[in-house]
Amino acid sequence: MSDATAAPVSTARRPLAGRLKAALVLFAIFALMPPLAAVLNDPFYVLIGTRILAYAIAAMALDLILGYGAMVSFGHAAYLGFGAYAVAILSRHGVNDLILQILFAAGISAAFAFVTGAISLRTKGVYFIMITLAFGQMAFFFFISLSAYGGDDGVALAQRSTVLGMDLLKSDFGQYYVTLALLVGLFLLCHRIVGSRFGRVLTGIRENPTRMEAIGFSPFRYQLTAFIISGCITSVAGVVLANQAQFVSPAFMSWHRSGELIVMVVLGGVGTLAGPIAGAVAALMLEEWLGALSKHWKLFFGVFLVLMVLFSPRGITGLLEQLGLARKRQ
Amino acid sequence: MMNLFVLQLLNGLQLGILLFLIAAGLTLVFGIMDVINLAHGVLYMVGAYLIATFAAATGSFWLGLLLMLPAAAAVGLVVEFVVMRRLYDRSHLDQVLATFGLVMIANEAVKMIWGTSPLSVPMPDILSGSVPLMGPLKYPVYRIAIIVAGLAVAAGLFVMVNYTRVGMLLRAGATNRSTVSALGVDINRLFAIVFTLGAVLACLAGALVAPILSVDTGMGESVLILTFVVVVIGGIGSIKGAFLGAILVAVVDTLGGVFGPILLREVLDPAAAGQMGRVLAPMLVYILMAVILFAKPAGLFGRPA
Repeated sequence: MSDATAAPVSTARRPLAGRLKAALVLFAIFALMPPLAAVLNDPFYVLIGTRILAYAIAAMALDLILGYGAMVSFGHAAYLGFGAYAVAILSRHGVNDLILQILFAAGISAAFAFVTGAISLRTKGVYFIMITLAFGQMAFFFFISLSAYGGDDGVALAQRSTVLGMDLLKSDFGQYYVTLALLVGLFLLCHRIVGSRFGRVLTGIRENPTRMEAIGFSPFRYQLTAFIISGCITSVAGVVLANQAQFVSPAFMSWHRSGELIVMVVLGGVGTLAGPIAGAVAALMLEEWLGALSKHWKLFFGVFLVLMVLFSPRGITGLLEQLGLARKRQ
Repeated sequence: MMNLFVLQLLNGLQLGILLFLIAAGLTLVFGIMDVINLAHGVLYMVGAYLIATFAAATGSFWLGLLLMLPAAAAVGLVVEFVVMRRLYDRSHLDQVLATFGLVMIANEAVKMIWGTSPLSVPMPDILSGSVPLMGPLKYPVYRIAIIVAGLAVAAGLFVMVNYTRVGMLLRAGATNRSTVSALGVDINRLFAIVFTLGAVLACLAGALVAPILSVDTGMGESVLILTFVVVVIGGIGSIKGAFLGAILVAVVDTLGGVFGPILLREVLDPAAAGQMGRVLAPMLVYILMAVILFAKPAGLFGRPA
């Protein structure tokens, strides 16, 4: 991740503003999607759209640590699972409020991220990737053996969540717009975090941890805090996904899912927040499209990934730059 | 109780040997080339499918095994030449993406070539049956053969790494890659050798386990993560660490699943102990990893960063 933003200080604010604009355009397109689907008489798109928006939340959350903190977490699907199971567990006990479910999901995620992050962040590079992967797998196995909630088979949800007693999520349209609202809200939160003093310190640690330590910042604390925030935001995506599918199973947390989240982030552009949102749209649409073409779509998706990495010297963002689709970084 | 303990200990040892065969290649690839390879578990699966095919075609497990080895080397060489070679000087993120792509390609290709239904490999006649161990206890000959074969490979690796020229280059490469390269060693050739060696060992593990497991597309996945745990515990780049880590992980995994609930029953009521044991047993290995990393972030035999 040596190709990180090295813009001169005087223009440092500009890319952020540009990305805010790009994100707003994206959100406007998202907002227009359901009426368009209604015109095309294909309401199925709204349901797929909700799924895409949920993954956009997760990809953006992962970008917060992957892009701005250079922490390649390969266990982020675990937080999707915590979000999904928060819905399943609370609704079993009669709590159907979305806000309470999100708070519960964030609570579990914060605890898990605190413990596993504290251990993983003692290491770097290849170690970090493998350890986060292993902890993600640990969570996966925990829910597989949790027979009270269906174990391997998962558990179906009786109803969608309510928001402060209102049935906002009951229709697919309502669910879509609630998800969009969550995405916009969380994007603004991430945008604020990245631009704040905390975000600047995090970026500084990504660039040169030794120097940051020398001027008095503890890299560990900042990285761990970012890791926890990212986990909590990812769990919100899990809450949405559980509602969208009305079904919760450990499949949400398989390590392939973690890999797909990384693909989304890189596809859209590491360290841009708005990019991974577009990356989630691109990756899931590519999946849908390849899936319609052939039942062996994973083969083509794999070939696509390998070719992208091999033939673009600076990764996928570099390919976009070569094609003139993105402005070159200085 | 004692019999059960010995039996499970041997099962753990057998699993550990297999994990070691896979982890040995992985730890060298990590240590020497600093490349993360998610597709290593896939090679284990490919080994099993190769021997299933060759054994069925020749009608003999041994001929199948003999044909599997050069085929595995060819697979390793091709993957190294086509993909891995281009990843050595890339970021870890690029390596993760490309090898994740390889996993998808391989899983799907295996489904296309061999279908989705599991295959089975007949056990060779000489090694079927079981031998008396102690008292009424019997143990399958084939599992003992796996342990012996694995130990022999481990010994061979030990000699190669510590007493041959290639081994010396491997150790030097794991310590300081650029110095070795500056001294005039063709580092690309060394990488190709290491990667191919690792591929053959992983395929061998898959081939050895094929007669006692069903050969299916998911088999590489579960093993991959366990192997990562082994490599992390043992310390990246250390063969000795991989060996001890593999045995430790496998024994904890096997014994924990059986004796965890029994031990819990001492402190909890039986129903709660059973429930808790079932939940905790699959997590035990990861908890072990967490504890070891908490004490030694570079693993048992890793060099501190």
